[in-house]
Amino acid sequence: MMKARVHVMLKAGVLDPQGEAVRHALGALGFDQVGGVRQGKVIDLEVDASSEEAARASVTEMCEKLLANTVIEKYDIEISAA
Amino acid sequence: MKAGVIVFPGSNCDRDMAVAFEKAGADVQMIWHKDSSLPSGLDVLGVPGGFSFGDYLRCGAIAAQSPICRAVVDFAGKGGHILGVCNGFQVLTETGLLPGALMRNSNLKFICKNVELTVATDDSAFTSGYERGAQITVPVAHHDGNYVIDQDGLSRLRDEDRIAFTYASNPNGSVADIAGVLSENRRVLGMMPHPERRVEAAHGGEDGAAMFRGLIDALVPA
Repeated sequence: MMKARVHVMLKAGVLDPQGEAVRHALGALGFDQVGGVRQGKVIDLEVDASSEEAARASVTEMCEKLLANTVIEKYDIEISAA
Repeated sequence: MKAGVIVFPGSNCDRDMAVAFEKAGADVQMIWHKDSSLPSGLDVLGVPGGFSFGDYLRCGAIAAQSPICRAVVDFAGKGGHILGVCNGFQVLTETGLLPGALMRNSNLKFICKNVELTVATDDSAFTSGYERGAQITVPVAHHDGNYVIDQDGLSRLRDEDRIAFTYASNPNGSVADIAGVLSENRRVLGMMPHPERRVEAAHGGEDGAAMFRGLIDALVPA
C-alpha cells in the first residue's frame, strides 16, 4: 500500500469567495499581517500500487476524473510509503 | 412527448420538474440514478435541482459519475434534449456537457428569492416560447450558483449566442450575469433559476411555463 495526499486548490485568477471571507475574519481579529487567503482541500488516499510511479499515475487519473474540477481547480499529489 | 426526470439521492425538485413537464402535456417517467440505461423513445430529459449526494466533494461531482450519467452523456451525444436546473446545471457542467463551473456565491450566502431574468436568446427549443430580450421572473434557491468560465470560453458563448438567460441584477457573482447556458448543439440547457417552480398561478406567476410548452411545441412532430 502507498499513501497519497492530494491538494486541490482553485487556480490562480479564480476568485475564492471563501478565502476572502476568511481573510476578512482574520483582519477583524487583528491579524493585519495577512495579505491573501486561498482555501482548498486535502484528500488522503491509501492506494494499492507496486511503485510510486504507478501510484502517481492512478491518482492523477482520479484527480482528472473526479477529485478536482480542472475547469477551476489545480491539484498536487504527494506519494509516500504506507 | 416522452420526458424523463433523473432522481439522485438528495434530489428535491424532481417531482416539481415532473409536474411541470406533465402540465405541458408530456408523459413523464422518473429514472433512478443506479439505472444504467434510459427508457427508449425519450424526447427530453430533466436533471433536477436538489443536493445530490449531499453536495459532497463538489456540487454535482458524485452524481456526474453515477451509472445513469453515462447514459445521459450518450443521450446528449445522439442529439437528445436535456434540461438541467440548479443542481442539474452543476451536474451537467461536471459531466462536461456544458462549459464552465459553478462556485460558491460571491456573498457566501444561500440565496432563495425571485429574480428577474432576461431571455438572452430565443434560438433553442427551451427558449423558443419567449421573445428574445423578454424579462421574466423565476425563483433561485442555491448556495453555489456563481458561474465561472474563462475569457475564451465566455467569448465563445457570446459569439455562438449560447447564453440563454442573464440576471437583471446579479445575485451570486456569475461572470457576465450568466444564469443559463446552452451546449454547442443548443440541445442541452443548464440554468440556476427554477422555471419548474413558476408554472401556475398558485406559484405566484407562470413565467416558467413557456419553457416547457415551448419544448413540447418544438419536439413534438407536427
